[in-house]
Amino acid sequence: MEAMSHLVNAAGTSTPTELKAQAAASSAGFAYGLAAIGPGIGIGYLVGKSVEAMARQPEAAGMVRTTMFLGIAFTEALALIGFVVFILIGL
Amino acid sequence: MTDSPSTGSPMTTRLDGAAPEVEISRDMIRRGLIVAPVLIAICGAVWGMDGAWSSAYGVALVLINFGIAAGLIAFTARISLGLMMGAILFGYLIRLGLVLLAFVLVKDASWMSRPSLGLTVIVTHLGLLVWELKYVAASLAFPGLKPSRSN
Repeated sequence: MEAMSHLVNAAGTSTPTELKAQAAASSAGFAYGLAAIGPGIGIGYLVGKSVEAMARQPEAAGMVRTTMFLGIAFTEALALIGFVVFILIGL
Repeated sequence: MTDSPSTGSPMTTRLDGAAPEVEISRDMIRRGLIVAPVLIAICGAVWGMDGAWSSAYGVALVLINFGIAAGLIAFTARISLGLMMGAILFGYLIRLGLVLLAFVLVKDASWMSRPSLGLTVIVTHLGLLVWELKYVAASLAFPGLKPSRSN
């Protein structure tokens, strides 16, 4: 609560330019955080299924690992897009 | 590939032998180094020397990220599949943190061009993946889609 009141007081005394910078910084943080959630779920699901497949059929592990690695990298691209939004609009 | 016999348990199953992700990653890094001068030149033409330096930094960031991801999987797969899964998930968080740290360290540098860095990261990451996927997809479907010499 104390932090919130500091924030409200700061907002009350800030110039419009500072307010805009503050809003951009917090929006950038939210953008990066939100952009990391989806890929996190995707990678968890992808890796879980891959591990299940490899444990069940180790002779196919090479193929599964190959596609798993590419899948992870593609999913991670979403997080990197969030990162790019983050560096372009904030910090 | 000489994998251990099937045990059915992800916690005790481990994968010895060649690590395909390391080969893929090495291939992507090699291709990334080939196309890096082109990307740097384009960014340099658009954003000047700052753009070129930022682009080079972005390419390095993406290639190191690929290398760490592959190394982590290859190392932990030799121990157990359960550990590999944990390492991939925590590795994802750690790598995101490292990418952020790499940016924070240079965000106020005189040569930093944010649009150039951002564009390079996206284009390099997706471009290399699509380029690699073309070969991997063709190889997996062998002999149906065996890459020809012209490819």
